[in-house]
Amino acid sequence: MKYVDEYRSRKMVDVLRKELHEITHTPVRIMEVCGTHTMSIFRHGIRNMLPRQVELVSGPGCPVCVTPAGVIDAFIDLSRLPDVMITTFGDMIRVPGRQGSLADARAAGAEVEIVYSPMDGLALARKNPNKLVVFLSVGFETTTPTIAATILAAKNIGLANFAVFPANKIMPPPLRVLLQDPALQLDGLLCPGHVSIMTGAAMYNFLVQDYGLACAVAGFEPTDILQAVIALVKQVQSGRQCVENCYGRVVSEQGNRRAQELAATVFEPVDAHWRGLGEISLSGLALRREFAGFDVTRRLDITVTDAPEPPGCRCGEILKGICQPADCPLFGTRCVPASPVGPCMVSSEGTCAAWHRYGGLTDTDTFNPE
Amino acid sequence: MKNQNNCILLDHGSGGLASQELISSLFLQYLQNPLLHQLEDAAVLAEQHGRLAFSTDSYVVDPVVFPGGNIGELAVNGTINDLAMRGAQPLCLSLGVILEEGLPLELLEEIIMAIARAADYAGVPIVTGDTKVVPVGKADKIFINTSGIGVVEEGVDISTSQACAGDVILLSGTLADHGMTILTSREGLRIGGRVESDTRPLHFVTRAIISRFGAAIHTMRDPTRGGLGTSLSEIARATNLCIEIEEDNIPMKSEVRAACELMGLDPLYLANEGKCLVIVGPDKAEEILTTMRSVQEAGESAIIGKISNKHPGRVVLTTLSGGNRLVEPLSGDPLPRIC
Repeated sequence: MKYVDEYRSRKMVDVLRKELHEITHTPVRIMEVCGTHTMSIFRHGIRNMLPRQVELVSGPGCPVCVTPAGVIDAFIDLSRLPDVMITTFGDMIRVPGRQGSLADARAAGAEVEIVYSPMDGLALARKNPNKLVVFLSVGFETTTPTIAATILAAKNIGLANFAVFPANKIMPPPLRVLLQDPALQLDGLLCPGHVSIMTGAAMYNFLVQDYGLACAVAGFEPTDILQAVIALVKQVQSGRQCVENCYGRVVSEQGNRRAQELAATVFEPVDAHWRGLGEISLSGLALRREFAGFDVTRRLDITVTDAPEPPGCRCGEILKGICQPADCPLFGTRCVPASPVGPCMVSSEGTCAAWHRYGGLTDTDTFNPE
Repeated sequence: MKNQNNCILLDHGSGGLASQELISSLFLQYLQNPLLHQLEDAAVLAEQHGRLAFSTDSYVVDPVVFPGGNIGELAVNGTINDLAMRGAQPLCLSLGVILEEGLPLELLEEIIMAIARAADYAGVPIVTGDTKVVPVGKADKIFINTSGIGVVEEGVDISTSQACAGDVILLSGTLADHGMTILTSREGLRIGGRVESDTRPLHFVTRAIISRFGAAIHTMRDPTRGGLGTSLSEIARATNLCIEIEEDNIPMKSEVRAACELMGLDPLYLANEGKCLVIVGPDKAEEILTTMRSVQEAGESAIIGKISNKHPGRVVLTTLSGGNRLVEPLSGDPLPRIC
């Protein structure tokens, strides 16, 4: 497969792995903040390639996982209203709420369609003029511009029966919260590649200036990730922290300006609740006043109430990287991908799902070259 | 038999005249063999030498017609393959069909033709059958059950428990074709190149290797639902041995690989409907591979791994990049109603 296999080449990986083992001489704790990184690290067996001193912890980088239980409940309640058709990315469909999931609601007659792009919702709205078609708008900087473009398109063609349930979030505020938490001693951050395509690498400068954190923007293939880990280890050991762009083939310093403008035209920052992290100032996105008609929460006067976390579930601490899935009493017993209790198990990019799916080799020595 | 809408009516399942007409004008027209034509309550088979293998499977795939086949050939090949995996030579099949009221007769005819074609090609007749009709909404178009009987020759003993450390693992062709076909046709996704189901009978392959290599063949499995990953995990757990496979060596169509990347799916967990895993003693592995490749249904066979004692009960995959990870059984259905 062109443009992919090159970055998985065993020869290149071996070279990088050797280099990493040679240069590492102090413990380095790195958080990968993006769910796609978590999956890729497991899928390609990268953990077992690392020297013992390098520790990878997973952060709050799966949009489904950080969506609070109360919002999930509101999604499901909305799906049960007559004449409402829900459109959503597939990951949301099995997330359990207080009374079942969207999948359960669908089995009981609710109209819930999985889409690959929010734009698909516009076609559905045109086809179903008597229904209010609602897109469950969940995502970080990567997905927000597409959703903004969809809302602008709906406005331009005067599509009155389309709306979104805004639950988008932005990455910098929770990173600040995490770095202020004394329980989580981080040396470096594997910065999310997809988010950075939109925002640009410069977005992470504050992490270096304010927290002295080593930063490397990374792609998702094994050589991308190893290169970024090498960059982070070098920064930490030399004490010369900076933002290093290791994903230069798609990430620029300033990002995709057009996409940023689109997002800023439609959305504005608001305080938002994060699962596991709580309320974070100006970390969420709401529709600007001129687009209020497309906000289903304003249109149908929906209030999101706080919902308690499922008893025993430690997703909150797992999202913060202060505990690992195996530390949770529900992991692998009551909470499995087929019947998840917490959000980290349900989303394909959730930390618990990754651990459960790819397991962890207990005998790592067998696979380490040293 | 034609009615105004040219579709199945509840009457067709009544057991009365309409049922008889449906059976003679559609089923018997295509599924011609003397045992079925007797229309008795049961088929009486000739005396057989050897132990009998008996298997059953139900088919509820959605959509019923997909690139590379339809539910008809899937139902015939699926049960033939289950018999073949125990080293049995399939002898005959039964066919139970549940039809939803309103099913277009044209579609039913297409499916029966596929059943007839697949049974003919495999040389395994359908010797007894049953048809029921349920009201609209109580089934989805058509559900099929097939059961099959096969004969296991003297001295053939193929089962999971025969696998042992040192054995070599072969796969009879490309991975994940059926699962990806169903997914793309269900979601209306268009991907470059031709992705089609691999539904095919496997008893020609199994007969070829069993007749030449006999006891060197230890275990055979067809990785259908749950995919290769789940089948291998089951073998590892049942035998408490370690299965080591190399991602590099697993044959895959580039279109299927690309589609998996695009959709974030792991091909190890997508269904196959015409592939078998063959676990053999190491001495004969290369010769068995050559024999498998000489059979049309297994032309792209490859050696994908081996069995050891390293991590008892686990499946370890060496990735393209040389990393290692565990392969766990599938948990949670990524795609219901795949077959």
